[in-house]
Amino acid sequence: MSAVNAAGWRPEMGPAQHPAHENAPHLTASGDKGLMLEEPLIFELGKPGSTGVDIDASPRAVSPALAKFRRKEQAALPGLTEPETVRHYTRLSRQNYAIDLGPFPLGSCTMKHNPRLNEKVARMAGFADVHPLQPQQTVRGAYEVINELAHWLITLTGMHGVAMSPKAGAHGELCGVLCIKAALEARGEDRKVMLVPESAHGTNPATAAFAGFAIENIPATPEGRVDLGALKARLGPDVAGVMITNPNTCGLFEREMKAICDAVHAAGGYVYCDGANFNAIVAKVRPGDLGVDAMHINLHKTFSTPHGGGGPGSGPVVLSEALSPFGPLPFTARMADGVVHLVEEEDAGAMGHDRSFGRMAAFHGQMGMFTRALTYILSHGADGLRQVAEDAVLNANYVLRSLDGVLEAPFGASGPCMHEALFSDENFPEGFSTLDLAKGLIDEGFHPMTVYFPLVVHGAMLIEPTETESKAGLDRFIASMRSLAARARNADPSLKTAPHFAPRRRLDETQAARKPVLNWRGE
Amino acid sequence: MRYLPLTPADRSAMLGVIGAASVDDLFADVPAEARLAGPIAGLPLRATEMAVERHMSALAGKNLSAGQAPFFLGAGACRHHVPASVDHLIQRGEFLTAYTPYQPEIAQGTLQVLFEFQTQVARLLGVEVANASMYDGSTACWEAIAMAGRITKRSKAVIDRGLHPHYVSTARTMAKFTGDTIDCKAPKLEADPDTAGVVSAIDSETSCVVVQYPDILGRIPDLAAIAEAAHAQGALLVAVVTEPVALGLLEAPGHLGADIVVGEGQALGVGLQFGGPYLGLFGCREKFVRQMPGRLCGETVDAEGKRGFVLTLSTREQHIRREKATSNICTNAGLCALAFSIHMTLLGGEGLEQLALVNHAGAQELAERLARVPGVKVLNGAFFNEFTVILPRDAREVVRALADRQVLGGVSLGRLYPDDPALSHGLLVTATECTTGEDIEALATALQGVLA
Repeated sequence: MSAVNAAGWRPEMGPAQHPAHENAPHLTASGDKGLMLEEPLIFELGKPGSTGVDIDASPRAVSPALAKFRRKEQAALPGLTEPETVRHYTRLSRQNYAIDLGPFPLGSCTMKHNPRLNEKVARMAGFADVHPLQPQQTVRGAYEVINELAHWLITLTGMHGVAMSPKAGAHGELCGVLCIKAALEARGEDRKVMLVPESAHGTNPATAAFAGFAIENIPATPEGRVDLGALKARLGPDVAGVMITNPNTCGLFEREMKAICDAVHAAGGYVYCDGANFNAIVAKVRPGDLGVDAMHINLHKTFSTPHGGGGPGSGPVVLSEALSPFGPLPFTARMADGVVHLVEEEDAGAMGHDRSFGRMAAFHGQMGMFTRALTYILSHGADGLRQVAEDAVLNANYVLRSLDGVLEAPFGASGPCMHEALFSDENFPEGFSTLDLAKGLIDEGFHPMTVYFPLVVHGAMLIEPTETESKAGLDRFIASMRSLAARARNADPSLKTAPHFAPRRRLDETQAARKPVLNWRGE
Repeated sequence: MRYLPLTPADRSAMLGVIGAASVDDLFADVPAEARLAGPIAGLPLRATEMAVERHMSALAGKNLSAGQAPFFLGAGACRHHVPASVDHLIQRGEFLTAYTPYQPEIAQGTLQVLFEFQTQVARLLGVEVANASMYDGSTACWEAIAMAGRITKRSKAVIDRGLHPHYVSTARTMAKFTGDTIDCKAPKLEADPDTAGVVSAIDSETSCVVVQYPDILGRIPDLAAIAEAAHAQGALLVAVVTEPVALGLLEAPGHLGADIVVGEGQALGVGLQFGGPYLGLFGCREKFVRQMPGRLCGETVDAEGKRGFVLTLSTREQHIRREKATSNICTNAGLCALAFSIHMTLLGGEGLEQLALVNHAGAQELAERLARVPGVKVLNGAFFNEFTVILPRDAREVVRALADRQVLGGVSLGRLYPDDPALSHGLLVTATECTTGEDIEALATALQGVLA
């Protein structure tokens, strides 16, 4: 333990007191405390009518034709000079936790290191400063990026085609489900039911419902996997398909995936696989070999494009030969000449892609994410990507087994986990829950794990370390988890009020929702 | 491998703790016949940073970037100068490598930015509330149609002819699956938008009227008149802004009676990026807020009474409501919202107005110069920074011929409406603060040469 933090406090040392700080002032006149900096809103810093950009005066008046449409009042927005702007956002940035600061073990989110080469490449003028509707002869390199990335995605998943345009994972799910719907319509069948496991991510039922399907849950076995018998019993002429996450949200590989796919296909349905957890199996297993018909790939998870505080994501959808003909435009697939090509509205007929269900968004998709993902893929290569999956799974199992006897692992006996380890708060004393441990992790300097998901586990804690954490980093995290579990076991009341050392204490979410204040309205 | 910290010694020590003989044991649940024995054949192996950079740089070099040629494209993706500090700030790791702010105590940076962004967007669009962003303008537009359906309990959307065709296609795709009716035709090549036409299409079944402002041909629709007609039938007006800089000069749609205002925010801070990632803007009347899609950030206090921000009203969202959610949207476009917000913070309302004036002046100069090219006619009555010219032949061929002369001369209507020969001679051109007098002269000269 001493190697982890020689100066640190540990539960066995007794109450967490800091005698040296007893005489420290509690408050400061500025409200700041050393490097803990408070920051007002831009509306409190600046006044409307000011600007921080030098713009040459317009050489012309507004044309008479436009004058009648003119805005009566300037938008009431302050403009701050560059130094004020840089300081405002830099100060705000310091109130955020980030991968760059330490482990970010959010299960199912794959918060891995974001290589900076990706950022450099995405900013090359040939990628960043090109318009999506430039004549094709002037953007051959952009089409090559899409085709090259599509080739990798198709090959890594063993599928036939890929819709590159979906803007995020949920948008990709929608794309896959709409392909299933279009394929059924083409067969003249109106199947109404989509089967979704209880442990599914909330987007799965939301997406299927949007596409007009009725949702039915499939139960899980006690070991945390889809109940194949129950699934088979429910299949029939009214079932359009199933949406399965594999590896699943309990962190386990669905051993019977092939049998599931075969059964669904035999009953005339299709299999959608939620690819959120592809990082565990990339270059180790091809979903296409298991019989999957559609799967979205979160480029912002497996292929390291930055999460950016909540997007932008990118969710290309790989499709089987059965579903490819219905893929949205623009679409990328291996064409008759054996080469992967991008098809747009203008050439869809000529390229034989005339049964597309339509367009999902303007332009070609998240190009800025494609350049980053392709850079990541080329850096790793086919061998490096295998190592990614292996190290991600190794790190998760190391966390799972290092916390044996400390936290309850509901599926610990179901075999090795994949890239994430699942725990519950079953053995916590009365009054202590997952939330307290999560907030305690904040004080320890870590981002909490995913909490209360999946819903099938009491007080779920889903930990995904990813392959970019070192063993030393994991050991520090494990030491903190052990300490927090001990404090919870001992019913340490200071854990109930954590975090104590973050920019804010626990926030009142009930008040925020009861009387929403969604923008600044002055003093 | 430079991104993987585990050493062989670490791996064997960790396997020891786990009690596994090899990493293959950890994949025991994957059926043996599905496990790949080694790296997938035919794919390249790992590469150095220098080698990858060289490869990607060669691909980038095959594109003619906007800065390398006189450039006049718009049509929903606009090139503006982005101040250097914007890109510098969004690359701070605390913003770039953070997740959605589910743990607000350590995400106040992102949350305060979203709160400021929501305020900026609401004031720009002239609406009471705005959300924390959507994927892009086209998906925001569909979400607005779906939301209008939920509010009015009607399913027929009337789409003005001037809505971007990609937005129309996106809405049609979605509507096919939800059972909504999307009523829309291609635009007519006339100097002014067809206000009477769209007003006459509104009836008591109409959920909403969707009007782009300025429209795809660069004309300015009469939103107030359309709002009045829509409201008289119990329908909502959805205004779509694909060029937010226009709102530095034009009246905000919310002030003209629009109930929902959506837009593409790419023009501020985000850059062209060959079409994405972009930034969906979404605002509406406060009374509709519980029907809104997407993330919302709200103000609250912490346990010590300090002001703080949280994601709120999440009972509308998929992770709580599952199949009953208002939308399946999960991620938004956080980093693009940050870029937009920083750019807007630098500009302020004053800078935005100045920027808009310069854009409009450039477009006037461009229109006057192109009108002097033999055979070229300017279509628009009014325009902001983008307008349509009619050429004596197919504009698609002309655009390609201009590109051969190293001029990126605009977006042909044939590219946007490949199935509509009546529009094939139309060319959309845009001028911004980036456009110089030399650029305009270069386009006019090249166009005259191509048409000769």
